[in-house]
Amino acid sequence: MSAQDHVIHAHRDDVGARMGMWLFLFTELLLFGGLFFIYSVYRFINQEQFHLAAKELNPIIGTFNTIILLTSSLTMALAIAAIQKKNKGLSIFFQLITILLAFGFLINKFFEWRVKLHHDLFPGSEVLLNKPKGEILFYGLYYVMTGLHGLHVIIGIVLIAFMTRLTIKNIINQDSYVKLEAAGLYWHLVDIIWIFLFPLFYLIT
Amino acid sequence: MSNSDIHNSGHQPHGYGIYFLVWLALLALTALTVTVAGLDFGALTVTTALFVASIKSYLVLKIFMHLGAEQKAFKIFVIVALFFIVISFVLLFSDYSFI
Repeated sequence: MSAQDHVIHAHRDDVGARMGMWLFLFTELLLFGGLFFIYSVYRFINQEQFHLAAKELNPIIGTFNTIILLTSSLTMALAIAAIQKKNKGLSIFFQLITILLAFGFLINKFFEWRVKLHHDLFPGSEVLLNKPKGEILFYGLYYVMTGLHGLHVIIGIVLIAFMTRLTIKNIINQDSYVKLEAAGLYWHLVDIIWIFLFPLFYLIT
Repeated sequence: MSNSDIHNSGHQPHGYGIYFLVWLALLALTALTVTVAGLDFGALTVTTALFVASIKSYLVLKIFMHLGAEQKAFKIFVIVALFFIVISFVLLFSDYSFI
């Protein structure tokens, strides 16, 4: 502790905070990793039926949502770059755009699922239960994995909105923005999970 | 605020440009995945899709998540985590590929 250090920085450890966030992300990796294990085994055993079932999914909505999520990752990274460059207004702007894009993703998801429900393709429905076992498994995994991912998007929106509030109140500022970085790390992980979900569910026909 | 340039984060901040470049690369790779899925490469299709997804993840990890600018310990942690996922997949399929 040298005398030049700011007093408010005395007990701050940004590197440690980011490390903590990364460790949390590894547990998320384990959570989704387990689901990817289940997916890979069932797909290996039921290859034909997985291909057939995936034909019901709309690759255009999937591609559109991929573009939305990738763009929201960009705006999140830009929000951190802006606060580093002491541009508070721009950072808040990019955070709001990120939240907006996240809502766009969820709205797309809502319409996608609504079409499935109209076709009576939901877990436990009569239409689905009369299909072969592999297709039932595909839809089970589809709803659980994209559903859990969607839940993460919702959590991400709450998290980023909270960070926006802290930025407005100057608690997150050009000198202390590790909270925003942590929220960013979470958001990028949600993006990475979708990067794998997208081809594995929408593009296997 | 005299030494506000020296912050505890230890990062050298990127410019905005690199993020846009990575974003463009990610979009291009998405277009590639969608195009390849339209062609019939048989078993190679899923391999290609996973390979492209891995490149995309690498870009997100390195640039968006600033892993490239972090201390070495972060990189080792990520490699160890991914190593165990790969091990799990290898062991899983050493069982299932004989069914």
